[in-house]
Formats: sequence, C-alpha cells, structure tokens
Amino acid sequence: MFPKGTKRKFSDSGEEPVPSGEQGQPAPSAAARTLSSSYSLQRQSLLDMSLIKLQLCHMLVEPNLCRSVLIANTVRQIQEEMTQDGTWQIMTQALAAAQCPADRLVATEVLCRQTDMAAQAGQSPKPFSVVGLEEGYHSEEVVMDGDGDTEVTMSTLSTVSPQLSSASYLPGPFGMGPCWEEEEEEGECEEDEEEDSEECVSEGEEADRDHLTGDSRTGEQVFGTFEIKHPAPPPDPALEELFSDVDASYYDLDTVLTGMQSAPKMGPYDLLESLSSHGPTALSSSTSCRSDLNELDHIMEIIVGS
Amino acid sequence: MLGYLLNSALSLFPADIISTVEFNYSGELLATGDKGGRVVIFQHEQESKNRPHLRGEYNVYSTFQSHEPEFDYLKSLEIEEKINKIRWLPQQNAAHFLLSTNDKTIKLWKISERDKRAEGYNLKDEDGRLRDPFRITSLRVPVLMPMDLMVEASPRRIFANAHTYHINSISVNSDHETYLSADDLRINLWHLEITDRSFNIVDIKPANMEELTEVITAAECHPHQCNVFVYSSSKGTIRLCDMRAAALCDRHSKFFEEPEDPSSRSFFSEIISSISDVKFSHSGRYMMTRDYLSVKVWDLNMENRPVETYQVHEYLRSKLCSLYENDCIFDKFECCWNGSDSAIMTGSYNNFFRMFDRNTRRDITLEASRESSKPRATLKPRKVSTGGKRKKDEISVDSLDFNKKILHTAWHPKDNVIAVAATNNLYIFQDKIN
Repeated sequence: MFPKGTKRKFSDSGEEPVPSGEQGQPAPSAAARTLSSSYSLQRQSLLDMSLIKLQLCHMLVEPNLCRSVLIANTVRQIQEEMTQDGTWQIMTQALAAAQCPADRLVATEVLCRQTDMAAQAGQSPKPFSVVGLEEGYHSEEVVMDGDGDTEVTMSTLSTVSPQLSSASYLPGPFGMGPCWEEEEEEGECEEDEEEDSEECVSEGEEADRDHLTGDSRTGEQVFGTFEIKHPAPPPDPALEELFSDVDASYYDLDTVLTGMQSAPKMGPYDLLESLSSHGPTALSSSTSCRSDLNELDHIMEIIVGS
Repeated sequence: MLGYLLNSALSLFPADIISTVEFNYSGELLATGDKGGRVVIFQHEQESKNRPHLRGEYNVYSTFQSHEPEFDYLKSLEIEEKINKIRWLPQQNAAHFLLSTNDKTIKLWKISERDKRAEGYNLKDEDGRLRDPFRITSLRVPVLMPMDLMVEASPRRIFANAHTYHINSISVNSDHETYLSADDLRINLWHLEITDRSFNIVDIKPANMEELTEVITAAECHPHQCNVFVYSSSKGTIRLCDMRAAALCDRHSKFFEEPEDPSSRSFFSEIISSISDVKFSHSGRYMMTRDYLSVKVWDLNMENRPVETYQVHEYLRSKLCSLYENDCIFDKFECCWNGSDSAIMTGSYNNFFRMFDRNTRRDITLEASRESSKPRATLKPRKVSTGGKRKKDEISVDSLDFNKKILHTAWHPKDNVIAVAATNNLYIFQDKIN
C-alpha cells in the first residue's frame, strides 16, 4: 500500500504519532492546550504533507488543476482552524524565534514577493491561496498568510518577519514560478530589472531593501540573509529541530533533497539541502546555480522579447 | 444478481494503460483509449454454434493512433497524448464515427470497412505504366471484387485550441449535431461540422485565479433533451443547465447538493466529496454521481439529496490520510448504468469492481484478474473484511493493492455484457446463459 521504506507519520489506527519536534514553541496558550496534542500533531503533519504535495508538482506535464485546488483548499482549512485556536500564531512565533538561520529558509518564499509589497503592506492579509494556478503556470508557489502577521514557506514552515503581510505573489506574465533561480541560499542571483514583476529579491542589493519594503526591520531580516557569505556556517541546532518535523520519508524526500542540488526549480529543497550539508557542497551548488540562472534568464529574455 | 463469467480477456500492449472504455449505441463495437494515444476498437463476433453458452467474443476490429504527444513551447509543458474520453456518435450509415479527446484536442474519427476493390481497369500496361490515352480504344467498366476486410480509420475533424485547461469530458448531444467538451473551468459547445469555433457555455474561472476553489470535474448532455446538460464540481455539487435560458449558462437551472453530515466532517471531507463522474440514466429521469467512497443516484426533480446512495468501499474511510499521502484519494473512478437502468457498476482497488442492483438492493464485488477469471467459470464474489476477524476467502484492507485500480468500466447498452479495464488489460464479462 505504501512505497517501500515509507514511514507512516500520520497514524491511521490511532497510534501515537512521532513527535514532530516543535521544541521551539513557547508554552502553549490555553486555547492550544485544550487541543489534544495528538490531534494537533496530526494536523501539523497533514499541513506539511499538503505543502510538500503542492511543491512536487513541477512535472513536465501541466499539473492536475483539480488535485492542486483540493490540496490548497485542505491547507486553507487547516490554516483557518489553526488560526481560530491560536496555534497558528504560536507556531509562527516559534519559528520566528529561530531567526538567524531560518532566514535562509525564507529566501524561497520571500523571494517571491512582489516588488511593490510595500504597497500591499497596508492590505489585510489574504487567506492562503494557490497562486500560480494561472494558465500556463509552470511551478506553484505556496504562500500562506496567518492572521495578520505570519508567512509560512513551503514545507519548512519557517516564517518571514511578521511584518511581511499579504504575501500572495502574482505569477509572472507567463505564469512562471517567480524565483526558482534565486533560491540558492548563497548562490548569487542575477538581478534582472525587467523581470521584477515576477522575480524576487536579488541578493545583497542594498537599494532593494528600501525599495522592496517599507519596513526596515523586515527588509533587514529578509534581505540580510541574501548576502553572499561563504562558507556556510555550521548547522544550527535550532535549525535541525526545525527540520526534524519534516518527515523525510514523505515521497522519498531524501532523494529529493539530495538530488536537487543543481536544479534551481526546486527552490525550497535546495535550501534544505544546502543547509543540512554545508561547506564544499554549498560552494559547488552556487556554481551550478549560476549556469542554470543564466539559462533561465536567457529563456526569459526570449519569452519577454527583450 | 446474475452470475458473471469471462467472455474475453484482452491484453493490450503491456506498456499502455487503458484510459477510457466505451460501447457504441448498439453494443457491437467497444472502443478503448490508452495512455499512448491509441484507440483500439473491438467488435462483437457472431455467436458460435459450437459454443452456445458463450455470447460472441470481442475481437480486435481496428487500431489507430488518435493523438500524438505535443509540446507547448510557450508554457514549456508537454501535452499528453493520453486519451481521456471516447464517445461514439449514433450510426447513420455504414461507417462508424467516434470522438476521442486528450487534454487539449478533440478529434472526430471515421471508421469504415472496405471489403471490395475495383478491378479490371485498362488504364495501365502489364508492367504498370500508364497507357497513352490515345491508345486506349475500348471502354471497360471495372468490376468490384471481394477482398479481405480492411478497416480504415481516418480523422475527419480536428477541434483544437479551444481549451486552456485539461479536457475531462465530452458528450454528444441528442440532436446528433452538437457536442460539448468540458475542461477544469470551462464548457464549450461545438457543432460537429465546424471546427474553427465553439461556443463557451460555462465559465467558472474567477477573475483572480487566487480565488479559485472549485473546478469542473465532469459534464454530460441529457440523453433526450438537447437543451439540458449537467456538470459536476470538485465540491460535490451538480448543476443542471438549460441552454435555452441564456447563451452563457453560468447560472444553473438546478443545483444538486447533499447536505454534509457534520459528524463525519474531517479535513478530507471536501476531497472525498469531489465528484469524479456523472452519468444520466438511459431514461433521462435520473443521474448518477461517483465520489471517492460512494455512488449516488439523483432524481432530477429533487435537488436537495440523492434518492439512493451506495457505499463502494466504506472501509477506506479510516484510511483516508494514507490514501491522501499516496495520492490515491485523487483517483477518478467512473460509473455506469446497465441498459435498463436497473443496475449500476463502478470500480475499486485491488482490481475489484462493484455492481449494485437498484431493485433488490443487493450488491456484489467481483475481481478482474487472470487468476480469478477462469474460462467459463463464474466469477466468485469477493469480500473485504472490515472487522477484526478475517474470514476465509476474505481479504483484509491492508492487503489491498492500491496500484490495481479499476477506474473505467462500461456496460453494454442492451445485454448483460460488461467491459472492465484493469490497468493494461481489458476484461469482458457476460452473464451466464442457461
């Protein structure tokens, strides 16, 4: 019934699931405490699973829209429920607490901000939406908003600064994923001015910080991560804990993570990979990233006709 | 329920998974489409005098490549050649016509027989060279001579470039002039003779794609009223539309939805309520919908709940999370009526398929596999054990093979003959004749 070697995280028969390692959480509020920990753990792993599913739609063939919509609705449902009982805030605050290395993770989803997000800062946060379902979408970006503050990226569920709100990105003119090429955590990403409607932050660009957001703290948190630093710092224990709840057995994430070194399209997994294995691999990934970036930029130029 | 036994077991090319099965109006022909874009048509042979217990077998009649893989350069995406649906046109002359579609393009195919050829032309020399016309002095009329039967398939119309999203349904209208095609967000109405344009009759695409929460999953024309059609959604609703009311049928005439049972609500409720198939009964009074765990029969005059609900594999309800994990929860099962609308059939996992008798309320589970289909032996009913104790011959839920799914089944329009597609094998079963 299950692929060989897959560890069933979510218990169907009512067994206690493996703790998902949210040790970074502060003491739960009363509302959260009333939820059975088993239920909330199960719900959390369902959320992780759903986000991974939406990410794994980068196939050669256009993904199944019905399936994507159903998964997105499920994520939205979970998000709403978690928002209602307050666990959403707790989770995102906890993840925000592990700021420094987590900032690397935000790269993926922050990169997918619009450049005029300062304009959007005033908007009330939108509920989760499966953006990128625009016709011709090539890759899907999953961005979730909490009730006001929090951003959650992909499967890592790390958070951007609370100030980044209304996060749904708009797909580019051809629905291309916004910034896969920029998701190497320390790879140099080329900034392409024409493409800033879909492209995201270019790293280490001082001017962009101010341009892209009105909140300086946000900008620093977000963009400070993108300065090229070599070599990658040693793994952070908090970071390890963050990933401990991402069950690598889902869909053979191991192979996904290790195999995705040179594929810029799998942005989040690139980050995960390079974070867990640092040093020499990180450097080599930036080189391969660069050539892939060039290729993608070239393609974009052809398409845009510039 | 009648006992069923194997009529024919046909193994198509091993690499290709059957993606659609459809009898024609008389039941003489059975068309299958596969993942490789091919259509294989089987024909019912005359009953053999030697084997009176067997209705005629079905043998291959015609094979042709309907669709080829394409590449959309603008989006950098492949367009699969997989045949999503085949629908026959009613027969009007000696030739047969069918519509076959992949994700983007619908084609009208003409299948015709040739069993004679003209011979006796005096236009060529013995060595095959054309003779000089001035040297031909006598008029010789060619004679038609019999030849080995040749079945030719030729594409007569190609209906392309009308769907941005993936086509999930086509349905021929009862006027025999028009047909509809439905994708995830839109439904178009075509005239069979006109390929360069179609009418958009339903459009549920939101202005802002970020607000998309529901898609169209299936659509069908009413069997008798050429102005009526239905379409189902991923939220478990069915809308019946009347084309006389407006050019754009965004506003439904009837809205069918069963209220949700709050006690069984879970995060998977919406997913399992998504309707994967909708079929009108032959009478036109009822329609049947298939969602993940059940089949429902609706009276077109009652919108607030179905008149009958049949559980296909309720034992999977406690396994929904695992089925979500391995994506099986998104499998799209089809369903079908028998000719008299007294029975319905749908598929399940482990190569099981289920038949429900609407009158007696009896149901049966059968298996389509080589091992269980001995020639001339009646199929043994199968049972999945749900309780703790597994009886002999029962199979436990955890032993089910979820890779062996029966998504496509078809019922002969008149006889008790059924076609069941099990991955890359086609099984044709018939009822026992005494």
